[in-house]
Amino acid sequence: MAAAATETAQFSGQRDTTAARILRALAKTPLQILLAAIGLLWLVPTIGLFITSILPQSSVTSLGWWKIFAHPSLATFSNYSHLFHNAGLTGALKTTAYISVGNTLIVVIVGALAGYAFAWLEFPGRDWLFIGVVGLLVVPLQMALIPMFRLYNTLGIGGTTLSVVLFHAAFGLPFAIFLLRNFFVGIPKDILESARIDGANELWIFLRLILPLGLPAIASVAIFQFLWTWNDLIVSLTFSVTPITVWIFDQLRQFSSSIDVIAPASFISLIVPLAVFFAFQRYFVQGLLAGSVK
Amino acid sequence: MAEVVFDEVSKVYADGTRAVSGLSLDVGDGEFMVLVGPSGCGKTTALRMVAGLEEISSGALRIGERVVNHVPSRDRDIAMVFQSYALYPHLSVYDNIAFGLKVKKMSKQEIDRRVRNAAEILGLEQFLKRKPRALSGGQRQRVAMGRAIVREPAAFLMDEPLSNLDAKLRVQMRAEVSRLQRDLGTTTIYVTHDQVEAMTMGDRVAVMRKGELLQVADPQTLYDRPVNLFVGGFIGSPAMNMIEATVTRTNGALAVDVGKQHLELDEGTLSSRPALRAYEGRTIILGIRPEELEEASLAPETPPDRRLRGVVELREALGSELMVHFTVEGTREALTEDVKELAQDAGAPTAERPRESNGSGALLVGRFGARASVEEGKPVEVAVDTRSLHFFDAETSEGIYDAEPKEKGASA
Ligand SMILES: Nc1ncnc2c1ncn2[C@@H]1O[C@H](COP(=O)(O)OP(=O)(O)O)[C@@H](O)[C@H]1O
Ligand SMILES: [Mg+2]
Repeated sequence: MAAAATETAQFSGQRDTTAARILRALAKTPLQILLAAIGLLWLVPTIGLFITSILPQSSVTSLGWWKIFAHPSLATFSNYSHLFHNAGLTGALKTTAYISVGNTLIVVIVGALAGYAFAWLEFPGRDWLFIGVVGLLVVPLQMALIPMFRLYNTLGIGGTTLSVVLFHAAFGLPFAIFLLRNFFVGIPKDILESARIDGANELWIFLRLILPLGLPAIASVAIFQFLWTWNDLIVSLTFSVTPITVWIFDQLRQFSSSIDVIAPASFISLIVPLAVFFAFQRYFVQGLLAGSVK
Repeated sequence: MAEVVFDEVSKVYADGTRAVSGLSLDVGDGEFMVLVGPSGCGKTTALRMVAGLEEISSGALRIGERVVNHVPSRDRDIAMVFQSYALYPHLSVYDNIAFGLKVKKMSKQEIDRRVRNAAEILGLEQFLKRKPRALSGGQRQRVAMGRAIVREPAAFLMDEPLSNLDAKLRVQMRAEVSRLQRDLGTTTIYVTHDQVEAMTMGDRVAVMRKGELLQVADPQTLYDRPVNLFVGGFIGSPAMNMIEATVTRTNGALAVDVGKQHLELDEGTLSSRPALRAYEGRTIILGIRPEELEEASLAPETPPDRRLRGVVELREALGSELMVHFTVEGTREALTEDVKELAQDAGAPTAERPRESNGSGALLVGRFGARASVEEGKPVEVAVDTRSLHFFDAETSEGIYDAEPKEKGASA
């Protein structure tokens, strides 16, 4: 009896009764409903795209999407299997992968090295140079398209995938350097000094300390860069290279009713960055917070 | 193993701050040298110059046979324990300790042998797999020590390694670090602002102030013969009482007048401080350590001309002893730059309670036996051990010893 009484007294501050719990849940519910509604709203086009992609072409325009639940279901994956036998699409996918992975690798490697140098190495003009890098952040990409197009033609690499990789790398680097430098500066100085005294050279410090400690920031830079370049249309279009975005765009122009190709292709193009994002989501959030708040 | 020699080493930072000026100091092979001084006096800067983390503005620094001014940290063969411990947060305790050995591409077996040996010495065996964040402060401190000892370097450098521990652990680790250093016999430079740490740990102690070296000596010499007022006031706790006094001569023997009172000096005092004769009739600063004072009834053999009479202001019972603050009429506290700086230094116990004379005279602190009968507000008679008084020049603050007062005690 006495024990029960003290227990009630103890918890009365929280009032953790069933009624209170329901009340609390109710108080939170409006916000949760709102968030769920926004999420659903954002999902509508994606779901629509997916449904369209699994309908036979003949039905897309004539029948309602709910017919996929009819007996027998109209749903079919034949659109997808056709696509994977389409050399144009698989080629475009390869190009996209080559562009986005390639330029992301360049940006991460060069960005991390430069970020380390700007953060921890002493060299003349370091801070001015860094201010210059920050300044490059605001240069609009569109401004460089025509000059770069001409430069590439002069160099003889016009129209190659490499030219697009280099272009993306150049425009991704200022932000990568900026973010990584700011993150690396937050690594305690003592740790690096201690490593130097322990006999480590700069490369060892970079590989064994900076990279593992900077992993959240590096991962978030990588994801950013990957997503952005995967979805790019304008740069490849300008340089006459055909990744998936350009390929879909071309289908649209040639046959206005080629929805059975466009829908599944778009869905494939969408699912890869989504998977990458969810795979590295943990680092993404961590890195953004760590980089900015410190 | 090697000696570390500073030869007129100075450091001026880019912003013009003169952190260390003309430091000359020989740290012998295997010696435990403590650099002590109030915060901001340049101890860390001096240590970082040895580590190669700070460029040397002028002078030469030798480790062993080599002048290392332009040798990078990694080639100096030294190990450093940082105040923050600077453990690598993503590595286990084992890998933290092994870091310096892996850099040197030592064989796996040798690394393992050394790491396990160090872990055993430091009692870290069961923590080897943990990450630093899962360790207590004391354990982190030990990992930092472990990282230093496995390297078997020419010298250890330690920058206030115990200052982040709580008081009890600090005392324990103090003893452990001392023991470890003695067992290994590695040359060590240890920086602290805590004079108790300095006195208990150091083979020799170097007292610094505003970038300058004031005195290097073994702890006892530092305590007995401080070269100046600053060292006298910095070493010892509670701090030395410093009051103005006049040197006089009565029937052939020297004495000092403190206010209206008279303290007879020993023959021994004069022979150990011949320079004092020259101060006859002049005002000097008299330093009396609290432990040289005793309530008269507990020291009945002290003759009446070696006693001071005062009024008790405050009585603090510590059980084992009594701290008694009393004023002596007609006296004045020494107020030189040194004294002011000492009072400002947060590490000094005097900072908590500014010794202010309440008009009638200077406030002195005495460390009396627990059975002393003193009451606040009542007069007290205090026996002074006049053999251990300290005398300082009122103008220069230098200690008054030999005919040539300029003795830095650099060699001991
Ligand atoms: N990087 C620096 N740049 C400019 N001044 C500094 C720098 N580091 C320390 N100082 C100054 O040098 C003096 C000595 O500092 P320090 O060696 O850290 O003293 P301590 O370790 O004895 O407390 C202080 O006045 C401090 O402000
Ligand atoms: Mg310091």
